[in-house]
Amino acid sequence: MKEKVLMKGNEAFGETAIRCGCRFYFGYPITPQNELTEYMSANLMKAGGEFIQAESELAAVNMAYGAACSGGRVLISSSSPGIALMQEGLSFMCSVQVPVVIINVSRGGPGVGSIQPGQADYYQATRGGGNGDYHLIVYAPSSIQEASDIIGKAYDVAEKYRNPVMVLADGMLGQMMEPVLLPEMKEALAEEDIPKVKPWALAGHKDKREHNVIKSLYLQTEQLEETINGYWGKYETAKKELPEYEAYNLDGAEVVMVSYGSTSRIVLEAIDLLAEGGIKAGLIRPITLWPFPYEAFDKIGESTKAVVSVELSKGQMLDDILIGTRGRWPATLVSRTGGVLIYPQEVAERVKEFLEGVR
Amino acid sequence: MSTQKIIIAGFGGQGVLLIGQLLAYAAMMEGKEVTWMPSYGPEMRGGTANCTVIVSDKKIASPLVTQATAVAAMNGPSLEKFKDLIVPGGDLFVNASIITGGVEKEGAKIHNVDCMGLAAELQNTKVANMVMLGAIYQVTGVVSESSIKAAMEKTFTGGKAKLVDLNMKALYAWKG
Repeated sequence: MKEKVLMKGNEAFGETAIRCGCRFYFGYPITPQNELTEYMSANLMKAGGEFIQAESELAAVNMAYGAACSGGRVLISSSSPGIALMQEGLSFMCSVQVPVVIINVSRGGPGVGSIQPGQADYYQATRGGGNGDYHLIVYAPSSIQEASDIIGKAYDVAEKYRNPVMVLADGMLGQMMEPVLLPEMKEALAEEDIPKVKPWALAGHKDKREHNVIKSLYLQTEQLEETINGYWGKYETAKKELPEYEAYNLDGAEVVMVSYGSTSRIVLEAIDLLAEGGIKAGLIRPITLWPFPYEAFDKIGESTKAVVSVELSKGQMLDDILIGTRGRWPATLVSRTGGVLIYPQEVAERVKEFLEGVR
Repeated sequence: MSTQKIIIAGFGGQGVLLIGQLLAYAAMMEGKEVTWMPSYGPEMRGGTANCTVIVSDKKIASPLVTQATAVAAMNGPSLEKFKDLIVPGGDLFVNASIITGGVEKEGAKIHNVDCMGLAAELQNTKVANMVMLGAIYQVTGVVSESSIKAAMEKTFTGGKAKLVDLNMKALYAWKG
């Protein structure tokens, strides 16, 4: 049987990517994800890959763009303000449909913000911080094990949909250690096999076929519209195929909290505290943030009187909850922001207060 | 054992994160659920450092600790910062080499550990943190001796492998 290892989140993210066949990493240091860049610098080349510490996030994301165009499995990572600097590249990669996995170990914002864990990149991740009609596919793991499992899946989803996939972690998941069962080591795609698996890749036509073109500039507007409409169908498919969530304790719940990532673990403890006070509470934990699992709210029963978004931001996810609840229950926000963590006691007290108001 | 929540705090360079890592590693080897959560920030040697370790038979929800079953304070500021998080009947380990003059904390069992003095008796003050680990291990029984040793063997590799014996000795330097 395979053994669990005790690893920091950031290191486990990197090791998982290597084991999933990632052979290209480009990054620029930023707290709280530095151990990930450091891990790749020490280990990716041993696995036959290429590590480059770029001169900036803008350079890193464009190196990733290039490597992805050539058919490589690529990882980029950063934290909130660094991810903001990468938005141009993400928009470009979506426009030309190249797969890449990007990890955001997010921290408090806006601006340079703080270096403590935050979730205020929700809009940036799910609504797109870059220009144009595109989506990132976004996963939000709540444990190091789940993050490792998701990174493996993220490469398959990115390549199937030919679209960047973001794994939205936060400083807590990046910095903490938990036992994790890593995936088996997978060989990287051999260079000569790239054209078979990724026929769109710029892997050399060798005078045997027409040359591939990857471009993002269209001076004929109709061509651009046609291109966008051409790939838009995959987003509609993604909305049907990809939404994932975990529902906990919904049966008979008087209040349902919605929370993702590491914050959802704090909510689980708040649920126990509320139970001690005689209030039955449940949790909907979105695992995909885009596409958002709106159908989760159809699982809420008649006992529920209120829905509460618990997030480390000023109600960014609440917008999706309002779309999902469609006015069926009163919904509110319980949050801290700026890198301040929320504790189970505060969640329980504020949820109780809101519930008393709507009873 | 149901769940033990342990805070280990001191200043950077005292090895508080390593105490927590060895506890976490040992617990994992026993098949227990475990989380290790460090403080992080713009710190340097001499700045504050702490980590929290949760060991449980059940899946661990929040890795944050608001009520600790044990606190190990390696210096005065850490003692002040964390002593009030101890649950009634919990353990407070005090690094008596630095925190002198006695400590009072109602409802907590206080264990004075002269980390530096006991380490000096082993001819190596660098194992002061392992003396504290030993005190935590002896009092709380959160993990077994054999799993701590196994954790050390996994952690101290290469040129550091020869340090396992010394560190194991340090584990028993404190006699309660």
